[in-house]
Amino acid sequence: MGWRLTLRPYVLIVPALLLTCGILYPFGLGLYYTLFDFSASKPQPDMVGFENYRAVFTQKAFWNSAWVTVLYAVGAALTESVLGVAVALLLHRATLIGRILEKILILPLMIAPVIAAIIWKLMLQPSVGVVNYLLRPFGLGGVQWTDTPTGALLSSIAVDVWVYTPFVAILALAGLRSLPTSPFEAAAVDGAGWWYTFRRLTLPMLWPYVLVAVIFRFMDSLKVFDIIYALTEGGPGDSTVVLQIRAYLEAIRFQRYSFGISYTIVLWAVVYLAAMVLVKHLGKIQRKAAEVTT
Amino acid sequence: MNTHVHDRRRFLALAAAAAAAPLLTACGAGFGGNDDKSDGSAADDVTGSFDWKREKGTTVKALLNKHPYTDALIADLKSFTERTGIEVEYDVFPEDNYFDKLTVDLSSGRASYDVFMLGAYMVWQYGPPGWLEDLGPWMRNSSATGAEWDQADFFPNLLQADQWSLKAGAPLGQGGQYALPWGWETNVVAYNTEVFGRLGLKPAESFDELTELAGTIKRKAPGAGFDGMYGIAVRGSRSWATIHPGFMTMYARNGLKDFTVDGGKLTPAMNSPEAVAFTEEWARMVKRGGPPSWTSYTWYQCSSDLGAKKAGMLFDADTAAYFQAVKGASPASGKIAFHPGPEGPDGSLATNMWIWSLGMNAKSKKKSASWLFLQWATGKEHLRKSAITHNHIDPVRKSVAEDAAYKDKMRHLPGFLETFETVVDQTKIQFTPQAQFFDATTSWAAALQEIYGGEGAKSVLDGLADDLAGKVG
Repeated sequence: MGWRLTLRPYVLIVPALLLTCGILYPFGLGLYYTLFDFSASKPQPDMVGFENYRAVFTQKAFWNSAWVTVLYAVGAALTESVLGVAVALLLHRATLIGRILEKILILPLMIAPVIAAIIWKLMLQPSVGVVNYLLRPFGLGGVQWTDTPTGALLSSIAVDVWVYTPFVAILALAGLRSLPTSPFEAAAVDGAGWWYTFRRLTLPMLWPYVLVAVIFRFMDSLKVFDIIYALTEGGPGDSTVVLQIRAYLEAIRFQRYSFGISYTIVLWAVVYLAAMVLVKHLGKIQRKAAEVTT
Repeated sequence: MNTHVHDRRRFLALAAAAAAAPLLTACGAGFGGNDDKSDGSAADDVTGSFDWKREKGTTVKALLNKHPYTDALIADLKSFTERTGIEVEYDVFPEDNYFDKLTVDLSSGRASYDVFMLGAYMVWQYGPPGWLEDLGPWMRNSSATGAEWDQADFFPNLLQADQWSLKAGAPLGQGGQYALPWGWETNVVAYNTEVFGRLGLKPAESFDELTELAGTIKRKAPGAGFDGMYGIAVRGSRSWATIHPGFMTMYARNGLKDFTVDGGKLTPAMNSPEAVAFTEEWARMVKRGGPPSWTSYTWYQCSSDLGAKKAGMLFDADTAAYFQAVKGASPASGKIAFHPGPEGPDGSLATNMWIWSLGMNAKSKKKSASWLFLQWATGKEHLRKSAITHNHIDPVRKSVAEDAAYKDKMRHLPGFLETFETVVDQTKIQFTPQAQFFDATTSWAAALQEIYGGEGAKSVLDGLADDLAGKVG
């Protein structure tokens, strides 16, 4: 009987242990591969230590990709957060139209991002796309959306915003609906205006929810591949080659496996650090929100 | 309590060791695939007289790209099975994903597919790691290859394009035969006869004329009843595929090289003064008469724009125009003509080509059956039937190209046969064979996009050459 009780906790952690191994095994193997000069032209490679990382960091293309990735992630996460909260505030009033809009709003989330990018690619096509067709009466019918570096980056961010703003809106809406009503009633009795109530009550209490959405979106945007690849393939030039696309090109297209994996490990480190900072910040925000509520 | 802690530590240590074991094993095992290939070819095992039924009851797995040539092959597969008793299972993928799928599959070292479609450029990537079976020994073994296969019937430049010594910079046509030509494409100019007639235009005979013509069509065609028509459709996406059709053809006709080879060392040459001037001129032509949103243009868009009367000309694979020109295929069908395109300054009609080839997985466990399949698919009977009753045009075999029924079928397309016959002997792979082909040409396409966007051609191409110099050897 005694040994069964002793053993039970260990048996219970077996699934978690297997899952952990399932995660760590490919990750560890990937890390290990980065220490070699492993490519299609060198299937029996030499150990090169940290040479791949040195090569990554000394490559001009890496810094370009890192900059594009950060621009994309900040641009997309920021826009989605602002728009998502705004939409949530509008939908918070439980009217019939609001409930209908809620259902419609969720549609982009049901479309695979790569499909969304292809749909937008057709819509942004300068001569036959519907976007230029709609803009034509305003004298803007000839915009070549993805032909310039800035246009390509902004178009990619716009597609990301189209797909993921509903995600932020839904999280923010859930947050809004879970807020206590008494502080708002007290503010109304005191004659506080909408803006004052929003700034001093709604936003501080809603912050933890918004920050969760920001963390998810920022981390996901740092890892973006599908939307950009389907829309621009990384062009024009190298203007939208984010780190994931660079890693894919190196590892799969050009078959420099170790070098490509090194890119992904660097990206993992960046995402990990960003997540750590944001999660730490989330704790502080949650404490502040609790103070406002009480 | 202490015992409990001790137990837990010991358990965790054992668990960690168990978890680490496969990792360490994998580390020790090396890097995927296996190295059990022998030096001798499996072709040597085939003896006796040639027999189509030799592998009766076997199933061969094929990986195919979605293409009209593939449709023709699939439509005729029954006759292969009837002749050999071999079943063929196949997967068809669209071109966007096809080569990724093939690359990942081959690099895994498994033999999921025995045979597959590939281009000659892929031989430069898949050949050096040993993923492709050398078909030379199979071709030379009269027990494995029937007399009617008739190697001499292939256009020699096509057979040579899939033959390489696996050494960077070494010319094609030497070394192993890593694939067989099955269908090919030559890059020429196709044009809309209706707009040319209405505007009183003639096909361009020089590159300057082509640039001028593209601009003229873009300016004048909309006023002549061709709403939204631009001058010339050429590819522009950030891909190797942008470089190889019209661009590389005109580049070669100007006597330009991608690399110079000296003692086995490759030096990028796309930043020579002549190459810079040509590239600038190409970007200017696209700006003046090319498609809107050019940087996303693949052959699909180029081809469909010609068919939809959105493009006055197409400088790309003849097949890309052919599929729009056949009766009922598009609004422009019946109004598409073919021309070899502009000559180089010295009259050169050097043309770059694409060959859809068929290759065999070096890890295949069914090589004998796979060879019978390759032999049938590249044989006279199937290719003739595919060319005449399906859309498998641009024959790789001389006998099919000269066949009266084939000529009758193609004769209704103005200029097609004349263009084909004019360029066929001057069409070859104009690139320097080397394993970093895809990196080099993808970066080249990105550079072209930057120049189109207004960056200085010299600085962009110098940067490209610097980058590539460290990668090719």
